[in-house]
Formats: sequence, structure tokens, C-alpha cells
Amino acid sequence: MKIMNCPLNGPRNISEFAWGGELRAMPDPNTCGAHEWADYVFLENNTAGMVREWWCHVPTSFWFIAERDTVSDEIVRTYRATEVFKDRVEFKTAPLPGEPGS
Amino acid sequence: MPFGLLKYGLSRKHPVERHFPLPTELKPAYDVVIIGAGGHGLAAAYYLAAYHDITNVCVIDKGYLAGGNTARNTAIIRSNYLTPDGVRFYEESLALYRTLSEELDFNILYSERGHFTLAHTDAALRTSRWRAEVNKHMGVDSELIYPDDIHRLCPSLNLSHDVRYPILGALYHPPGAIARHDAVAWGYARAATRRGVEIHTNTEVIGIHEENGRVTAVETTKGVVRCGLAMQAVAGSSGRVAKLAGFRLPIKTIPLQACVSLPLKPFLDQIVVSGSLHIYISQTPRGELVMGGSTDPYGLYSSRSTLDFKEGLLGHMLELFPFLGDVHVARQWAGMADMTPDFSPIMGLTPLDNYYIDSGWGTWGFKATPVCGRRMAELIATGRVPDILYPFRLERFAEFAQVGEKGAASVGH
Repeated sequence: MKIMNCPLNGPRNISEFAWGGELRAMPDPNTCGAHEWADYVFLENNTAGMVREWWCHVPTSFWFIAERDTVSDEIVRTYRATEVFKDRVEFKTAPLPGEPGS
Repeated sequence: MPFGLLKYGLSRKHPVERHFPLPTELKPAYDVVIIGAGGHGLAAAYYLAAYHDITNVCVIDKGYLAGGNTARNTAIIRSNYLTPDGVRFYEESLALYRTLSEELDFNILYSERGHFTLAHTDAALRTSRWRAEVNKHMGVDSELIYPDDIHRLCPSLNLSHDVRYPILGALYHPPGAIARHDAVAWGYARAATRRGVEIHTNTEVIGIHEENGRVTAVETTKGVVRCGLAMQAVAGSSGRVAKLAGFRLPIKTIPLQACVSLPLKPFLDQIVVSGSLHIYISQTPRGELVMGGSTDPYGLYSSRSTLDFKEGLLGHMLELFPFLGDVHVARQWAGMADMTPDFSPIMGLTPLDNYYIDSGWGTWGFKATPVCGRRMAELIATGRVPDILYPFRLERFAEFAQVGEKGAASVGH
């Protein structure tokens, strides 16, 4: 079986992991329009070649980032998300109807 | 007859009917360029020539004729979908398939078998009942049946409760069929080329030229061809070709694997599918068991096979047909499926005025070959989106108006 190196748990069978899709920047849900949000939710680069993706080690629910070649099926590098996200990401909730800024 | 064969064998002349004309040079311009010489592209070319009198058409493909997912699917044809839009669309395809051998004068070995979607849980039974009611409302022969009827129709199926997932019922769809998938493509190709359509294989598209939001030419490895309009029908490569045209798609390319066994005496008339076990199986006229499962767990541009897939598939297969334990797998392969978020295809207009798309066929493309070809040809010829295609437009994602067919995908993904 194909082996993936989990940054937390070390080398494990690929069947223990779930594919999370491309790493991409989320638009601000409070300011972006419906079209931009639909683009973010649905559209894919679907790159043939090197990609940066989210993966999850399911038994430990540990999410991390993998660099992988989608043509040769080679996993080049896996690392903790903290390498990319240096600061804590705050998710601001949209204001409720009637609140200021709604 | 044996003497005739002997004479033929000893003769120095071996006349063979050519199905397609020998390849020629690409012309500098065509009215319509179709990218992708699979079943869908060839069908569109045929219906353009035969029904709309548009014959200055060129079908180009990077590989050989119908060597992509047309050659790799498991040839199942059915219309028992979940949404009225889906049922209506696939039902028209079934109607076209029934008379396709006569229409193309080419035997596609269309064989009505009956199609079971097994239910192993209460949730699956509920979905089956839902699908049966939608199907019946739309005039499609489909009903929920229980183990005694399943046993009467398909006696080789293991209905014992002494398994991990006992069978509680099945959605039964008598018109479910299989056909010779290569013959469908060859039949369309022959009928199209006889009407003047050109097919250029081993010709890769490397660029799409556009001016003011319109496609003007398609650049290939054998030169640039100008075109009045263009259509892409390239399955797993949809994203790559769309990128050449300058737009992105809601599509992930994920391998779908399948395999066949050595030939056995005919014992399985029906097509048997289990969504919960992620498997489907049918027996070809040659006796081979064609088996498939769900898509791979992650995206990949590759048609490699894996042992993990076969272990998962065949382990469950033995629950349904325990006597297959000693049967050998003869061949295995994979195709690159273009999966959409709602498990429905994407057909119709694109951000470019005269560029049309036929994609998002994931694991359900073969059964739609005739209807898709015919309706895409209608769109190209008239410039108007046929009503039956409208729900499957690319714009539906921006409008949050998806056509959810995941519940009716042959197996869970």
C-alpha cells in the first residue's frame, strides 16, 4: 500500500488519510459577493502536476499540508499547516439581520 | 463455409471493409471543431452531419479513437435517476440507444438485462423508494422490490443474513442494459465520416485562440485550424482544455478503476449494483464479469490500477456471490473521471460566445452518449440551449442551483 508521511504520526498507510483538496485563499465571507463565494466553493484549478493540498490523518483528525504530483502520484513533502499559516486565522461571523453592517 | 474460410486464408487478397477513411491532412479551417474523439464528441459530429446538415466538421483527439473513458467504462445504461431533470435526460438517452444499432447500421450489442440497486440499510431503502416514485412519475419502469422477488429474478445472488451487510431490498429497473462500448464510438465514427466529417487522432490541442470573447482557431500539434465554433468533450482532461480556453471548471479529475474476470458460463443476467458496498457487476455476452467500484480516494491524472481497490472491491463481491472465490481477474484498468460537486454533468455554454462544453461526466458518461451528442449538436446548429440541457448549465454553480444526483450515482463515492 502507498505510504504517506504524517507530520504528527509518521509514515502510515494511505488508507488512513482523507484528501482535503487544494489549498486556496478564502475570500472574506462578510465582504465578498455570491459569485466570488461560488467560485471559491466550487471552481477547481484541478492542476496536472505539483499541487499543495490539505490532507487529514483520520484516526487522529490531524490536518496538514502535502505537496504532491498529480501526474506521477508522488508525494513530495508533507508538513504542518503552521508552516503556511503563521498567525491564527480568525473567522468573523456575518452580522445578523438588523445588526449594524447587515 | 469452412471451404470459404480456407480459400480466404490461402488467397493473397484479404479484402477488409474499412470503417473509417485513411487520415488526411488537417484543412486550414472548419465550420465546427470538436475536441475529443470519444463517444460524446463522435456522437455530436454524427448528429450535426445527419440531422443538421453541418458536415464541415473536424473531430480531433490527442490519443487514438475512443481510447479514453469510452473504452474504459463498464457499459451500463439506465435512467433510474433521482431528480426529474436527470430522469428525463437519461430516459431520452435510453430511447435513442434502443434503436441505435439500426440507426447507425452497426451492431452495438445492446442488451436489456434489468438493473438492481441493492439496499442494505433503512436509509438506502428510503432512497430507493424515493427514486422509484420519481421514476414512475416520469414514466420510467422502476420499483422497489424485496428479497423474495430478488431471489426469483436473480437466483445466484446471496440473500443470506449471515453476512456483514444483508440485502433488505432493491430498486429494480427492468430497462437497465449493457452495450458494446467501443462499437458505440465506432458506429458513430463510421456514420459521421461517411457524411463528410473528418477525424484526426494523435493530434493534441495545445492552444485555443480567441478574439473579443470568441474562439477563432484551435492550435494543435499538427498546425492551427480556424473554426466557426468549437466544442470540447474530453472527460478527465476537461480542466486542462478549459484552461487553454481561459476558464475554470467545478471539476476534479479522479481515477475510476474497473476489472474483468476470466469468462464463465452465463449465470448472471442482471446488472447488480450496491451503493453501500461500493460495487457493481454484470456479465458480458462473452461471459466475463465486468466489475467496478467507487472512484479513487484522491485526485490523480493517471490510469494506474491499485491493489487496494481490488481488495476492497472483491472482498465485498464475495458477500454477494461467494462462489466467485476461485475466479481469476483477467484485466484491470482505470479511467480519469471528471467529477462535479453535484454528480451531474456540465453541458452547454461557456464564458466564450462560440465555445461549447460537454464535461463533468464523472462515472456516468457512457449511458448519456446518444442524448448528449444529439442535444449538443442541436445547440451548436441552432445556438439555442435545448430545454433538456438547461438544468446542466455551467452557470448553475454560480446560481447555487445544482442538480443533486449523488444519491443515484451507481455507487457511493
